[in-house]
Amino acid sequence: MGISPVLWQFLVKWLNASALFPREASTIAPYMDALYFFLLGMTVTGVILVGAIVTTFSLRYRKSKSPVATQIEGSTLLEATWTIIPLGIFLVAFVWGALLYFRIYTPPINSMNIYIVGKQWMWKAEHPGGQHEINALHVPTGQPIQLTMISQDVFHSFSIPEFRIKREVIPGRYSTVWFQATTPGEYHLFCTQYCGTNHSVMIGTITVLSPSDYKKWTEESTSGMSLAQNGERLFASMGCNACHSGNAAARGPNLAAVYGSKLQLTNGSSVLVNEAYLRDAILNPSQHVTAGYAPIMPTYQGQISEDGLIDIVEYLKTLNTNYRVQQTLTTSQSDQAAPPASGVVKP
Amino acid sequence: MKEHDNSILRLPDQATAQVPKKNFITAEDGLMSWLLTGDHKRIAMLYLFSITFFFFIGGAFAGLIRLELLTPMPDLVASDTYNKLFTMHGVIMVFLFLVPSVPATLGNFLIPIMLGARDLAFPKINLLSWYLYIIGGTLTLTALVLGGVDTGWTFTTPLSTHYLNTHVVTTATAIFIAGFSSIFTGLNFIVTIHRMRCPGMTWFRMPLFVWAHYAASILMVLGTPVLAIAIVLVALERTIGIGVFDPTKGGDPLLFQHLFWFYSHPAVYIMILPGMGVISEVISTFSRKRVFGYTAVAFSSVAIALFGFFVWEHHMFIMGVSNYSALVFSLLTMLVAVPSAIKIFNWAFTLQKGSITFETPMLYAFGFMGLFTIGGLTGVFLGSLGMDIQLTETYFIVAHFHFVMVGGMLMAFLSGVHFWWPKMTGRMYPEALSKLAAVVTFIGFNLTFLPQFILGYLGMPRRYHSYPPEFQILNVMSTAGATVLGIGYLMPVIYLAWSLKYGAVAGDNPWQATGLEWQIQSPPLTENFTEIPIMDHEAYDYEWLEHKTAHEVTTVG
Repeated sequence: MGISPVLWQFLVKWLNASALFPREASTIAPYMDALYFFLLGMTVTGVILVGAIVTTFSLRYRKSKSPVATQIEGSTLLEATWTIIPLGIFLVAFVWGALLYFRIYTPPINSMNIYIVGKQWMWKAEHPGGQHEINALHVPTGQPIQLTMISQDVFHSFSIPEFRIKREVIPGRYSTVWFQATTPGEYHLFCTQYCGTNHSVMIGTITVLSPSDYKKWTEESTSGMSLAQNGERLFASMGCNACHSGNAAARGPNLAAVYGSKLQLTNGSSVLVNEAYLRDAILNPSQHVTAGYAPIMPTYQGQISEDGLIDIVEYLKTLNTNYRVQQTLTTSQSDQAAPPASGVVKP
Repeated sequence: MKEHDNSILRLPDQATAQVPKKNFITAEDGLMSWLLTGDHKRIAMLYLFSITFFFFIGGAFAGLIRLELLTPMPDLVASDTYNKLFTMHGVIMVFLFLVPSVPATLGNFLIPIMLGARDLAFPKINLLSWYLYIIGGTLTLTALVLGGVDTGWTFTTPLSTHYLNTHVVTTATAIFIAGFSSIFTGLNFIVTIHRMRCPGMTWFRMPLFVWAHYAASILMVLGTPVLAIAIVLVALERTIGIGVFDPTKGGDPLLFQHLFWFYSHPAVYIMILPGMGVISEVISTFSRKRVFGYTAVAFSSVAIALFGFFVWEHHMFIMGVSNYSALVFSLLTMLVAVPSAIKIFNWAFTLQKGSITFETPMLYAFGFMGLFTIGGLTGVFLGSLGMDIQLTETYFIVAHFHFVMVGGMLMAFLSGVHFWWPKMTGRMYPEALSKLAAVVTFIGFNLTFLPQFILGYLGMPRRYHSYPPEFQILNVMSTAGATVLGIGYLMPVIYLAWSLKYGAVAGDNPWQATGLEWQIQSPPLTENFTEIPIMDHEAYDYEWLEHKTAHEVTTVG
């Protein structure tokens, strides 16, 4: 056969790499693909239907066969038909899509939380055990993973096509998405929101490991400090403990066990304390004054990075007693020299 | 006169026929007679030349983008340059080509004539619109020459306000000014349609082309000011840091997108509705039949305009908006898809029992119907909340809106330009060559954009300068298609220019169409009608036309 080698290579490459659909690597993926095939079926049917009507009429009523047109006003019955049937199909697409949307954006309560910080032009992942990764994320199979994400500068978007998930990463606001990986392997991570010069290299690799491999990985790549331990250090070094000491006479409210509680504010509203509230209260304290306290806390806007905020938030989530806060405070007061980085690692 | 079995074209005897000596083109001479004209037809011609100019600039950028994406590596231009290319492509194509395309050229030319009026309600404001457009266009080119802008045509904050050092304010000013051009055009149309209809021209005797423009004009007048506000806020945020969108100052970065899409989603309908108007006229003429379900088609235009205002949030489903508001906007998005389906089926059934011929405008109209059906139905994918998560911000969305805007609107524009070319210039375009162009465009278009749907589901993000190598084959196909498409778009420019001098003399009504514009000479007189007509029949009344023609023959013969 006289096929040119270039064309032949192209064909071989084509056949090897001609995936029409991405791999299904999460528990969501089969649900997404089912809806995709439904919508694809709808489109193909619709196009064939319109094509068939136009072709048939064009052949049957072309001028040579039908020299004189018969005028037709219209037909209410037909109008109703092609209003109601498409509407019905579109409503199925609406309900189906809505169910899937709620599934993807409602994390199960037993999911493991990993923080993602996006910035021009890299992804930082922070595991609860203190493992840090850049443009990479290691996750185990069989475990729901919740990502709590925030951007340090502009809008980014966190997309893993093989998992069929994507969520905008917004400056100044936490957004979440979850997935449960099913197949070990390596997958693409893309930033899909245009974010400036190097938008197209803000990519990374998601590595899915079996639970035992994942355990091995966490042990090998730990930095020795969990997020909460980093947070405890920051809490002391930024002087938070001076006011939030838990003493009855302290100038700031007691923060032990504050996470998850309902808080009464001076402006009369009551709020549920979650990650977003804690972050906002640090950056914008005058808007979030707990009832009974004076609005004297300075803003920490610009003094603490998103990573640092995540550490402090994680620390406050684990803070159940003020014992260590007061210990640190006493140590630093009795010894005017810089505190030995209070981060004596918790056993 | 000769008549073929497969054509309705009826031209005067070429041996004796001449383009009328007195018409709006020959009425006055000199550059100033064009630059200071109040004649809607001359302004339409000014627009036609200017938007064609910008179309080819925008098209050149598209060509460079496709050339860069031929290989996975970023090897043709630098990343910043690539970002500027797609930004300028978007800005020019949306604001300087698609928005004014059909309304400012064909609409401007035809609406007064279709209504039996001598001009638009405000001829001087009409000229002002063109000047504003030209100022906007010149500023855009200025920004381009000074170094370009790389915000993306969506100007997403805080990227556009705090992180880029390119000519954002210049481009924003350009869009602001061009926006007023579109507001004035819309206003002019609305007043003209309300106040300038000739005796007997009731609302339901108006051609569907006019109905479609009426709906689009309402969108222009109500939507564009919001874009102007959003753009001004971006400029203020950039220059004096007012902090409306800046989270560190308590602003909301998402607010910009609400404002931007409040205009830019209706803008999609500003772009497509006039195109739909063209299709109604063309399908009716070439099947010799009244448009099936005239009122349904007319009201579906209005329904699209109405619902079109309440779907903007579907651009932001993954951006952390409330899940329940997402539900409402998804439902409304499904509803806005229905009137488009109604139109497609009505056009298809207009063919039934007609006497159909397949001249170039009809071929483009068929192209429109096929491509717009795909474009519309893939829109349902994106309106379906869960599906949107996988598809948004990928090449799927690029393919979807190119099917609607290019496959739909540009096909309709070319259909309309060919259809009314004999009316505007008095001469026919070459039929065989233009049929070839229509087919080439259709093939090139599908080859360019169908692979992008697959790329999108595979997850290739839009606005990527480099991409993983496994996406290359589909990108090569797309670039190959773009080459074919480019040829398809260049052909009409060449043969239409040729036809200005060498085309066959068209006569008043080469298509034997029913619209009032076909009952006057081609090209028309400056005042359109020697006496204001009286509309005593429905739109698309082919029996009336036959009667009239027969009557003329008896009186002459």
